[in-house]
Amino acid sequence: MSEWLTVIGIEVHTQLLTRSKMFCSCDNNYAGDEPNTHVCPVCLGAPGMLPTVNAQALEYGIMAALALDCSVPEFSWFERKNYPYPDLVKGFQLTQYAYPIGAHGKVDLETDHGPRRIGVRRVHLEEDTAKNTHVTVAGESYSLVDCNRAGVPLMEIVTEPDARSSEEAVAYLKKLRDVLVFLGIASGKMEEGAMRLEANISVRTPAEAAAGVLRKRCEVKNLNSFENVRAALEYERERQIAAYEAGEEIQQATLGWDSAAGRTVYQRSKEEAQDYRYFPEPDLPPLRFTAADVDAVRAKLPELRPAIIARYEALGLDRYRAELLSQTRALATYFETALAGGGKVERVANLLLGDLLAQVNERQINLEETTALPAAGELGRLAQQWEAGEVTGPQVKQLLPRLFETGETVDAAKAALGIRVVGGADELLPIIEAVLAANAAAVAKVKAGEQKVMGFLVGQVMKATKGQGAPGEVNRLLAEVLARD
Amino acid sequence: MQMSREEVAHVAWLARLALSEAELERYAGQLSGILSHIVQLQELDVTDIAPTAMAVEAGGNVVRADVPTASAPQDEVLANAADIEDGSFRVRAILEESA
Ligand SMILES: [Zn+2]
Repeated sequence: MSEWLTVIGIEVHTQLLTRSKMFCSCDNNYAGDEPNTHVCPVCLGAPGMLPTVNAQALEYGIMAALALDCSVPEFSWFERKNYPYPDLVKGFQLTQYAYPIGAHGKVDLETDHGPRRIGVRRVHLEEDTAKNTHVTVAGESYSLVDCNRAGVPLMEIVTEPDARSSEEAVAYLKKLRDVLVFLGIASGKMEEGAMRLEANISVRTPAEAAAGVLRKRCEVKNLNSFENVRAALEYERERQIAAYEAGEEIQQATLGWDSAAGRTVYQRSKEEAQDYRYFPEPDLPPLRFTAADVDAVRAKLPELRPAIIARYEALGLDRYRAELLSQTRALATYFETALAGGGKVERVANLLLGDLLAQVNERQINLEETTALPAAGELGRLAQQWEAGEVTGPQVKQLLPRLFETGETVDAAKAALGIRVVGGADELLPIIEAVLAANAAAVAKVKAGEQKVMGFLVGQVMKATKGQGAPGEVNRLLAEVLARD
Repeated sequence: MQMSREEVAHVAWLARLALSEAELERYAGQLSGILSHIVQLQELDVTDIAPTAMAVEAGGNVVRADVPTASAPQDEVLANAADIEDGSFRVRAILEESA
């Protein structure tokens, strides 16, 4: 039938990298621990227990709000969101409803269709729920509840329905994840459930879009990768269009994504917001923020990825390499430390992105940290020596694995591997003459003006020096000998 | 402000409370009285008064430093559970994931 346009809104929940929980002092670092060993009367919701706000979580919330261009209100409070569910031991979740920590923000994207702006409706703080494990034994089904996760600081970031395609939704999510991870407030690890994605989608005709009309939307939950977001939104768009074109209606609903089957599955119809019976948490005094409070947090904001990329481009690197070098803050810091250790930008960048990352991939090293890499200063020194002709390309390849394994200095590794550069005419000339004698046909071609055959001869000389020939000297002497004959 | 028996029954269901017919009747009356009082309060002009959730606010934000301390022992955490299995609370099957 007609053309259908897509409208997408995105909700992200992320755990915050605090040391303790949102409202009690239980240790946040519960991964792999026995169930219910990071639990206290407060996060268990025992009668009479008093929650207290984690100052660090609050600051992280303000950092995120500022980084997403949100306004931070002068006034905020937590409310009880009431619903009966076994993963909510208290019977309610503490969350910010009427007064979130941030509102009216934006994320600017560069897409294939030009710049796009995704409005950030709100950023609010809340607490995570307990973890349920469904068990079926001999036909009997039940669930096990582990409260270690209950009360972990959680931040929710909700966009306006501004994304117009699954690509835009994913581009937004990637950029948001960068912001959170580079702020140092979230791990961004979706596979571990530390960052959870939901998207709501509806379709409409161009006429409806012009009139600002929205049709009923469906929300897809439990998307644990960018690829799942893309696939679920594509599927759901086609499902809705097919229904409308068949003359059917779409019911507002919550759906799950079955990635194995590649389709959305119905979970429940959308609950009415008032059924949550939100009301201000009586045990937590309201929070107030002065302009000075907010400015103090703003002063702590670290450099975010777009600024790092721009800085690398200003150093003369192209966008692609600038993005690769800033894929994690740890790698960016490593690159900059290596640069400070000497070596030109081009050489250090290419050494890092080429030979070093090849080793990183081979050794399956996670680039969230660089402790398993050779010291950055030594990488800088290696680049510098390469630049100065004190090591050759093949020798760099030989040295790097050793630097990974021993952590020693470049000079120590060179001594241990007996690496040196053959650069003197007295050593190189006999080798060059022997190579030319053995490759008379190639020599004839070079003399006939076939310059590309020069590369072959240089390669043969390098091979004869076992990769130790100083490339500059080899080129210079080779040309000299050829011109002499 | 009248609160109907149906509204009381709905709120009771949301809170998972089982109320008898007599209780529905009684609470409908009591809640209607409370709501009427709120309606009376709503007549006040509060245009220039900042909202608050509390009559008395502390001077400055009440927060705690992000320092972990010991949690309760697992057996104490589970002491009041109706059913336990492998250190977890055992409950009736939950069929869907919640937010
Ligand atoms: Zn606790």
